[in-house]
Amino acid sequence: MTDNYEVRDVIDKETLSTVKSVGDTYKYGFSTDIETEYAPLGLNEDIVKLISKKNNEPKWMLDWRLKAFNRWKKLKQPDWALLKIPEIDFQDQYYYARPANMKEKPKSLDEVDPKLLETYSKLGIPLTEQKKLAGVIEENPEDKSENRKVAVDAVFDSVSVGTTFKEELKSAGVIFCSISEAIKEYPDLVKKYLGSVVPISDNFFACLNAAVFSDGSFVYIPKGVRCPMELSTYFRINAENTGQFERTLIIADDNSYVSYLEGCTAPQRDESQLHAAVVELVILDEAEIKYSTVQNWFPGDENGVGGIYNFVTKRADCRGRNSKVMWTQVETGSAITWKYPSCVLKGDNSSGEFYSIAITNNMQQADTGTKMIHLGKNTNSRIVSKGISAGKAQNTYRGLVQIGGRSQNSRNFTQCDSLLIGNKCGAHTVPYIEVNNSSARAEHEATTSKVDEDQLFYCMQRGIGEEDAVALIVNGFCKEVLQALPMEFAMEAQKLVAISLEGSVG
Amino acid sequence: MLNIDDLKVSLEEEEKQIIKGLSLSIKPGEVHAIMGPNGSGKSTLSSVLAGKDGYIIDSGTVNFDGSDLLEAEVEERAALGIFMAFQYPIEIPGVGNMNFLRTALNSQRKTRGQEELNAADFLKLVRGIAKDLEISDEMMKRPVNVGASGGEKKRNEILQMCLLEPRFVILDETDSGLDVDAMKLVSKGVNNFSSSSRSFLVITHYQRLLNYIVPDFVHIMVDGRIVKTGDKTLALHVEETGYKDFLQLGKGKH
Repeated sequence: MTDNYEVRDVIDKETLSTVKSVGDTYKYGFSTDIETEYAPLGLNEDIVKLISKKNNEPKWMLDWRLKAFNRWKKLKQPDWALLKIPEIDFQDQYYYARPANMKEKPKSLDEVDPKLLETYSKLGIPLTEQKKLAGVIEENPEDKSENRKVAVDAVFDSVSVGTTFKEELKSAGVIFCSISEAIKEYPDLVKKYLGSVVPISDNFFACLNAAVFSDGSFVYIPKGVRCPMELSTYFRINAENTGQFERTLIIADDNSYVSYLEGCTAPQRDESQLHAAVVELVILDEAEIKYSTVQNWFPGDENGVGGIYNFVTKRADCRGRNSKVMWTQVETGSAITWKYPSCVLKGDNSSGEFYSIAITNNMQQADTGTKMIHLGKNTNSRIVSKGISAGKAQNTYRGLVQIGGRSQNSRNFTQCDSLLIGNKCGAHTVPYIEVNNSSARAEHEATTSKVDEDQLFYCMQRGIGEEDAVALIVNGFCKEVLQALPMEFAMEAQKLVAISLEGSVG
Repeated sequence: MLNIDDLKVSLEEEEKQIIKGLSLSIKPGEVHAIMGPNGSGKSTLSSVLAGKDGYIIDSGTVNFDGSDLLEAEVEERAALGIFMAFQYPIEIPGVGNMNFLRTALNSQRKTRGQEELNAADFLKLVRGIAKDLEISDEMMKRPVNVGASGGEKKRNEILQMCLLEPRFVILDETDSGLDVDAMKLVSKGVNNFSSSSRSFLVITHYQRLLNYIVPDFVHIMVDGRIVKTGDKTLALHVEETGYKDFLQLGKGKH
């Protein structure tokens, strides 16, 4: 164990040193020149029908969408978050875009436009089945333990373009495919679980998503199966002026386990783009899901022009006894982030964990946190939130801990730390704690600190440049959360931490 | 190696001059000690040499191996070979010692145009030094200086020094907070490290450290100036009589 620790520490360092070589502030800011087929601008019932038709959906799915659309028309955009949201004209967006040569879904990766594959390779995503997460392994020859497989589902604009390792997963009984495929191939599972965690009219953005989602990922882990590899989805918005509305549904049946990774990027554009995703996790008896996100949508430029508006509803339903969920998120991108991955702890002895790093720089705004709803007995939740604010950014942690009347002996621990860089940014902590059972215990700790001049001087006196020093200190501040991430994601996340804070000092 | 010529330095915040015309020349292999009462400007001198923010250079020059030191950034000075052992080593939560050391070493090597050290060579190097300084593996795994005792922190400073191999070392009140055993260990580290090409500037309030790290020159600093220079016996004199003999010298030199 000792050696592992040291090697890991040393690898951390490798990561930092490669940061500089990564290049521009937003490394994913390229766009791919592929012919794109759009649905007409705006949103109405015909658009919803069109999306459904494009995906060859059965009628029940279309009805579900239309029901959502009709509910959505009556809903108002929420305004309770500590965000200044420019008015969004929902009729001035494209709700469907796909690469033009993908009218027929590719049957294998060989049929995918090479330009798409090139894009993914630029993003460092291994799409071909032979590849592991090659970048990481090549950069760190010392690290031999990480030669493991990761199955990837890649979603480009609105369409899933390819899922890897399908056969191998199938032999384990695991279903991992795009949600559009699942609707056709596994309608019973989809019907049973879709919308069962996040109901169609749950909130304005989730409702919009239910009406217009075009694709996303679907995972089913059967009873007693430990998923043989990590599953991963990469989302990328490429087309201009397009909203991306993906929907993810993961079901972990009794006694199963899966670790799922989600990464996101978008090109650099002057226009803001809308992203409203929904993720539903269903966890049955004794099952466990780990869900990790590295969100790196384009954050806009330093004056706040452009960037993704990220309105995401993520919720895990721990239905089963002893079920377990762990959300880990690293939020470095987006102009606006509105996101509260939540845990509904229904099953007795179920537990939910939420680890979060949210970094805002320049004009970015984030209002993010979690909800822990304790309903079952002996349920446990843990929240570790690290907010980092630089430039003129505003960063809010908003978290609800609710312990219901029947939830005997339940526990919550919340730790909420904010770090400020410079004196023009803001950090806010808004905890809501509602306890309706006298046997429950909820603890909340919060700190706010600044990157210390003495720490910077100390690092620099040892020869470390100022930006590297900031990255080092901030990565130290985030350590508990970074450690909760799978290894290759942790490295990516460390790079992102450094990149997102470039230009924040001096 | 280091030439300070008529240096005058003020605090940025309150326009108060702290160093009021200080000249000092240090050759390779020499050990110089600066002693003085509280508030005489000793620590300001070390901060200015290392390049800390918050000071204004009113006049004077500092030349290090032919280059203008005051023009260089903090990390550039470090890469040139200037190392300051802090009086109060700084804690950096969450950043492991190993990670910190390797980042520092390779940053310096990069600045100097040298190749970075690979993980295996680095580990071997660090472990060797840590062993000599009786620093445990367990401590090496901790975050930088977090939860360390005063003595452990100072040993950690010496470890950093040995690893980074500077040519000019400032020991800023390194003896403060050390018991005799720790002081011996730290001094041993320093003495093993000293060579004919390395120089030391030992800043201290008390004479006792100089029993272990023996200076070639002792300077008494009062009110922003060096008022008396001698050999190691000068430190013994201070030990006996205190600084009162020198206070007048500081005032009379306008």
